[in-house]
Amino acid sequence: MTTFRLVLKELRERKSQLVTSFVAIALGITVIVAVRTMSYFSEKAVARELDNLGANVLILPKGATVTNYYTADFGEYVMPESYVNDITTSQLKGVDNLSPKLTEAISVSGQPVYLTGILPKNEFKSKPAWQSADGVFARPEGCGAVVPGAVAKALGGSAQGSSAPAPRQAVVEDLGDAEVMVGSDVASRFGLKVGATLPIKGESFAVKSVLPSTGTVDDTRVFAHLHTVQRLFHRGQVVNAIEMIGCCKEISKGLIDGLNRLLPEAKVVTIKQIAQTQLSTNTMMERFSLIFLVIILLVGAVSIANYMLANVYERRKEIGTLLALGATRRRVSSIFFLKSALLGVTGGLAGYVAGTVLAVGLGPRLAGVPVLPLPSLAGWAVLLALVVSVLASALPVAKAARLDPAEILREG
Amino acid sequence: MIRAENITKRYRRRDGEVLALDAVSLEVAEGEFVSIAGPSGCGKSTLLLTLGCLIHPSEGKVWLDGRSVYDLSHGEAAALRLNTIGFVFQTFNLVPYLTALENVQLPLYLSGLSPIQQRERAGHLLDKVGLGDRLSHKPSELSVGQQQRVALARTLANQPRLILADEPTGNLDPALAEEMLDHLQELHQEGVTVVMVTHDPRMAGRAQRQLRLLDGRVNGPWASA
Repeated sequence: MTTFRLVLKELRERKSQLVTSFVAIALGITVIVAVRTMSYFSEKAVARELDNLGANVLILPKGATVTNYYTADFGEYVMPESYVNDITTSQLKGVDNLSPKLTEAISVSGQPVYLTGILPKNEFKSKPAWQSADGVFARPEGCGAVVPGAVAKALGGSAQGSSAPAPRQAVVEDLGDAEVMVGSDVASRFGLKVGATLPIKGESFAVKSVLPSTGTVDDTRVFAHLHTVQRLFHRGQVVNAIEMIGCCKEISKGLIDGLNRLLPEAKVVTIKQIAQTQLSTNTMMERFSLIFLVIILLVGAVSIANYMLANVYERRKEIGTLLALGATRRRVSSIFFLKSALLGVTGGLAGYVAGTVLAVGLGPRLAGVPVLPLPSLAGWAVLLALVVSVLASALPVAKAARLDPAEILREG
Repeated sequence: MIRAENITKRYRRRDGEVLALDAVSLEVAEGEFVSIAGPSGCGKSTLLLTLGCLIHPSEGKVWLDGRSVYDLSHGEAAALRLNTIGFVFQTFNLVPYLTALENVQLPLYLSGLSPIQQRERAGHLLDKVGLGDRLSHKPSELSVGQQQRVALARTLANQPRLILADEPTGNLDPALAEEMLDHLQELHQEGVTVVMVTHDPRMAGRAQRQLRLLDGRVNGPWASA
């Protein structure tokens, strides 16, 4: 005989009573796991969609305005390129992507065009300090993966000719000193194709790619390496905008304040519509899950507490006998706690399996996204069910341990 | 071996206070077989459970092997019940979902024996009471007499030096009652101290020394009362 065996024997003896509370906790966990699994994949899908909207935070020189940014006319407003380094090496969390830019007006065949300098991804890779910058590129759950570097979507999409890559992969990997990417307007106006040569300020640049039409000012831009633009215009190491994708949750948790503190000489602008949509979508999902979680766990807890109370009452004589035989109150408690723990663990496991099956089966229909099992939820499901079950049993167990054996034995 | 000194037990009820034991003093020597007889409700069970460290008296002290049992910690009192005292209950109090073997294993499990040691000793004890072929039967599958013997085997599992029997024949027919008394006498002859409470003067008469309890007071030997 062991405590475990004693508990198992008792559980087998009173199966019908057990079923109700087992089902209660398992059902609770089922719903939580199903909702969490579906919302995880749905949030990911939404985050992917929302990220297509582009940067949600702009860092501009102090005097510049958002209008300057949208019209690509910054005049003399510039700020040090070292701000990029300041952000990547800071402890700020939620910085998903950084794209420093320097825009200058040029003329091609006598017509005005904007030349924008960008930093391709390989520039980020080449700086070990940026790669090891802890937390800066760590993207909280639900926000997607991190890809440092100039994002092509911010430039109006991926290179023409290639199949449309997933937004996260739409990054300008490399851009040589003598290479440019041209917007669709520029390409059609000047008949530029991949491989063509474009003279800018007396130097020749090879067209690396032609960007698809976006209907924005980007269509009338030519993109070159940031350092090339700085050199051509004798600007030094300056930029006039840093586009950033701040993770939706972190924006509300002080990312903007953090940026303001870090860069007091710059102006940090949130593109509210984008950030707000991201924020409210996630908050809504979180609240929905949380309310569900609390109600369902309460129902499960009440059912378990009720069952355990009835069980203690039913086993009064057995408890009295055990105490008379020499059991300590701690031993009696351990028997009941082990029982509730077993109930929690098995209920949690069953709930995880059922919830996952439900989510995978119904997810595509309900959330409209493919849903896969989330093994990491198994541990949480079991832990949650265990904690709920043990907490709900605390009062009945205390009652069992406090029973007066003499009173029970005198009852005969 | 056990000595009660002026033990008084009062219960508070809604309609006032009930005096269950009134300054009871008694002493039982090692190896004695003592019966305490009295009518129903005279405080017999309360006295027995007080001697067995289960009811804290309102006043007075109980000494077991020279130790005041109600000055012991909860754990020490539990250990005393586990290793020194064996209870015999009128209704056997077997755990219904455990087999005969497992019921006898219970005290051995509580004293920390390994499952193998428990099974060996419990099997041996059940063999001794003639139930070697009923090890895997549940109480509901056993006759009253068999249940009584399982309960006795359980009482003896940890080789108690003091047996406290509460109406051990109360639920038994005359033949089984005699059998129970035979067992208790046998244990007494083996040197175990036995204190038995009963309402039946005939059963009480089988003890080495008989005491009478009336209105919460011990009134001396039954015969001389």
